[in-house]
Amino acid sequence: MAHYYDTEDLEDFPNIVEFAIDSGKRFFEYYGSATGAGRLTEREKALIALAVAVTQNCPYCIDAYTNKCLSLGVSSDEMMEAVHTGAAMMAGITLAHSTQMRKIIKKKEM
Amino acid sequence: MDVKQQLEFLQDTGGCPHFAERILDTVRSPLRATSIDILQLNVGRRCNLACRHCHVGAGPFRTELMHRRVLEQCLGIASNPGISAIDVTGGSPEMNPHMEWFLDEASRLRKRLMVRSNCAILMEGEYEKFIDIYSRNGVEIVTSLPDWRSEKTDAMRGGGVFGKIIEAMKLLNRRGYAAPESGLVLDIVHNPVGAYLPGAQDSLEHEYRTRLLRDHGVLFNSLYCITNLPVGRYLEYLVRSGNYSDYIRSLCAAYNPAAVENVMCKTTISVGFDGTLYDCDFNQMLELPINHGAPKSVFDFDFEMLRRRVIVVNNHCYGCVAGAGSSCQGTTTA
Repeated sequence: MAHYYDTEDLEDFPNIVEFAIDSGKRFFEYYGSATGAGRLTEREKALIALAVAVTQNCPYCIDAYTNKCLSLGVSSDEMMEAVHTGAAMMAGITLAHSTQMRKIIKKKEM
Repeated sequence: MDVKQQLEFLQDTGGCPHFAERILDTVRSPLRATSIDILQLNVGRRCNLACRHCHVGAGPFRTELMHRRVLEQCLGIASNPGISAIDVTGGSPEMNPHMEWFLDEASRLRKRLMVRSNCAILMEGEYEKFIDIYSRNGVEIVTSLPDWRSEKTDAMRGGGVFGKIIEAMKLLNRRGYAAPESGLVLDIVHNPVGAYLPGAQDSLEHEYRTRLLRDHGVLFNSLYCITNLPVGRYLEYLVRSGNYSDYIRSLCAAYNPAAVENVMCKTTISVGFDGTLYDCDFNQMLELPINHGAPKSVFDFDFEMLRRRVIVVNNHCYGCVAGAGSSCQGTTTA
């Protein structure tokens, strides 16, 4: 294994069912229905998935969903806006967790 | 890049099986035609544009044009009751000097008659007359509009082209094209502006319909997604931009046996400017004529032999069976 992340590994994604075929199949059924068009369009869901991919630092998902967004005609401005939404959420989540820190500080300090 | 170089590049599939092997592996027999429903004529490589994705390598400098003798022969072939549609492409078909005569004659056959026009040419003085020629002959117009945003379309087709297409579409709309009950059809082809595959056709059609109406007041009938095949200028772009390996692997990875069932070459025959017969327009540009014992020219046309011919394939064919499939009529799977 030359690298932990290989570009070609994205093509291996369908094979994650290996060693647990039933669970894997159920995952893909769920994945397909959750990311396909429903009340939200496929385009809206692709943008949500892209924002999640970037915030979770998943190179495979970033590759897959950037391409999917391009394929669905999402502009670079729209994609970057989604990334900023994700970034703001991550910043907000981090700061919101300071609540625990602040509560402990206030309890412990004289 | 000449044809020999293109075919050499196409042998590199990044470790994926070659297309012919993949077909044998999944379909268990070579790809074979089932009918000749559509007669597609490439009437010349001359074009007013020189688009970056053009598999034909068309442009104003090209001189290849279909002669009247070949067009006359095609009219005879098209009268066969097995053929339901005549599909005219190029280059810019309007730049063939015999086009007005041909369309008047072809419309008398009472078959579906399509012209793949870039539409921008309809805004150039001497070609404006084609708006009349098309409407009087009930010609279905199929125009390539890679994106609903001017900057993306112009990046592919040239500066100012988007504006001309929109103006031409407005003129066609005023003539009744895309109006309900008019019988005049104006369809759009979407090609990705870059090294990626097209998205879902219904989703993109919705986006185009909403945005073209809202931003420009333009109507159209249907949108067809066509995958860019690695042929001609598009192949050159892929190689030059370092995207070739990823792209061919993406096509291989998206191989869909269900799309093979309705692949265009099974029901279409493509005619080159000199009357040579091909399984499709892409094979035509790669100089891969019909083979396996079937006649190779309009002057030796044998409907029965050609209807059951074995199709000539190479690795660019992955483009027509990737994902939802791709053809001149859009995706090939529901």
